[in-house]
Amino acid sequence: MTQEPLKRNLEKNNMKDSALIKKFYRSLYRIRRTEEEIARIYPTDKIKSPIHLSIGQEAISVGVCEALRQGDVVFGTYRGHAMYLAKGGDLMSMIAELYGKITGCSKGKGGSMHLNDKKKGVMGTSAIVGTTIPHAVGYAYGLKYKKSESIVVSFFGDGAVDEGAFHESMNFAALKSLPVLFICENNFYAIHSHHLKRHHSDNICQRVRTYGMPAERIEDSDIFKINESAKKYLKHVRDGNGPAFLECMTCRWKEHVGPNDDFHLGYRNEEEVSYWKKNDQLLRLGNLLNASFLSRVESEIEQEIKDAFKFAEKSVFPDGTELTKNVFKD
Amino acid sequence: MKRIINYPEAIREALEQETASDPSVIIFGQGVDDPKAILGTTKGFVEKFGTHRIFDTPLSEDSMTGVAIGAALSGLRPIHTHIRMDFMLLAMNQIINMAAKMHYMYGGAFFIPIVIRAMIGKSWGQGAQHSQSTYPLFMNIPGIKIVAPSTPYDAKGCLIQSIRDNNPVIYVEHRLLYYQKGHVPAQSYSVPFGRARILTKGDDITLVGISQMAVECLRAHKYLKEVGIEAEVIDPVSLYPLDIETIEKSVLKTRRLIVVDNAWITCGAGSEIISRIFEGKNHNKNIMVYRMGFAFVPCPTTPTLEKHFYPDAKKIASRAYQMLHPKRKPWVPTSSLQREEIEFKGPF
Repeated sequence: MTQEPLKRNLEKNNMKDSALIKKFYRSLYRIRRTEEEIARIYPTDKIKSPIHLSIGQEAISVGVCEALRQGDVVFGTYRGHAMYLAKGGDLMSMIAELYGKITGCSKGKGGSMHLNDKKKGVMGTSAIVGTTIPHAVGYAYGLKYKKSESIVVSFFGDGAVDEGAFHESMNFAALKSLPVLFICENNFYAIHSHHLKRHHSDNICQRVRTYGMPAERIEDSDIFKINESAKKYLKHVRDGNGPAFLECMTCRWKEHVGPNDDFHLGYRNEEEVSYWKKNDQLLRLGNLLNASFLSRVESEIEQEIKDAFKFAEKSVFPDGTELTKNVFKD
Repeated sequence: MKRIINYPEAIREALEQETASDPSVIIFGQGVDDPKAILGTTKGFVEKFGTHRIFDTPLSEDSMTGVAIGAALSGLRPIHTHIRMDFMLLAMNQIINMAAKMHYMYGGAFFIPIVIRAMIGKSWGQGAQHSQSTYPLFMNIPGIKIVAPSTPYDAKGCLIQSIRDNNPVIYVEHRLLYYQKGHVPAQSYSVPFGRARILTKGDDITLVGISQMAVECLRAHKYLKEVGIEAEVIDPVSLYPLDIETIEKSVLKTRRLIVVDNAWITCGAGSEIISRIFEGKNHNKNIMVYRMGFAFVPCPTTPTLEKHFYPDAKKIASRAYQMLHPKRKPWVPTSSLQREEIEFKGPF
């Protein structure tokens, strides 16, 4: 994809869009740099937990979460850093959680795969593929029951589409016309298994429509398109028309789990990923913004990240008495 | 005069009173709104509470358990019903990987107040997939409470307690217990978890019966009385938390213990109870123990095999007699007690 047509298009709407571009850039940059820092620190073994980096996929979380309102909630997956941060999850308690510290969002009991920030509407991420989809649907049932105007967004990958829970959840959400937007982040691979090795056809949206909801695919991870479609379907959902589904094609730049590249494994080639790297939304937006804005925002975020890692370093580990706490709620 | 009702009426009353008093309670599961209304336990609820609170579900046990979890996260108190415990096996992922762990793995940020009603089938050819009793599997998992009341009084009180509890609770109902009658107060009350009930007092042997096996133990107690043996029958009522103290106290008195599991005995509740007795401070005491439970085969349908599959009052009494009189000839009760319950004739 070339930058030229995009640039022209945006320049036309420059006045209207510049605030949005800045917001997107800030959020994308914050996620990217946080994860790069996690990857940098990882070999020191200070992070006591498996990490699944979102690098390359951030535009989906940012594009969707920037379209949400206060009170809306999200459910996600073990590759959840981007969603957590885009939804406003606290950076300090996220890094502390990765470090296994008591100040972590799960008191060091969950790690990277079990992030949550209830105050910000991050209702949990899970290591078992597809498991939070029905939670999102059940939460949406509760919202409808209480006649709330809030809605739920359920994030998951293309691997989740293989699970029974996915299909059961689509059916029930449509059956009860529940206020939930499904976001399938299709990065083509479940670990190392290409989706066409797992699915008869490249037809997720087609299958979803048969459950009784609109479904649309965004091919190029264009953050503006993602945001526009999210807004369109969020309105559909908020207006009481039941669930909707967005499939966002994307690419995980790093290995499935861990901070490294994985081209040596041979299940995909570098070209496949370099197509997406050229299409990097962070790079794209950076080109649209002036240098003084970039340097101000970037230095703010660098400081925030530095502070978060410092906080994690300084925090204490939970002591032994913590082991048996939180098994049951009183 | 004491008010006498049967087990399903007690369940219905608990559900009705809690649903009426707490607007966050919702009830769903296959058949909760159909004409049979889960053997009458949800009868009339749709009319009274509406289809948004009482609803049938697709045959999606796993996701509907996930829906219950999500609804609980939003502030509701869902009750999910399985007309056979065997069907609950389809929901193991959501129960074990999620419900049981979420309070802990999110550092206490969330809690999951859900009740899972699980019914155990028995007799009239229920067979391998309608008779399973999987509570020992769940006893192996931290984060789940499990209750298996045997009397109508406990059926009502434990169900109200389950609904008010802030954690996942598996509420085990045995199909044959539906014929039990007993005193049940009309007003709402709860029975706290973790308290075993001593159903009969005795000095010679302790019989611990779980779920419907508590009834078989009570019958065995009557047979044993005929040969001069006084059995102390204990119903643990809740399996997690487990009231081991009450059982231990009884065993220290009788020095003989039979645990009759309503399940296979390998890694079962009986294994757990007996281990905890021996691990206790009285491990050096001379205590005789025995486990009874399902034969270690899938449950057959034909009655000639099925009768060998389950423990019953006569088998329990015979085993107890042998424990007390190891040198005498084995004894099996010859008389047949009037059955206090009607046999399950099906179809359900």
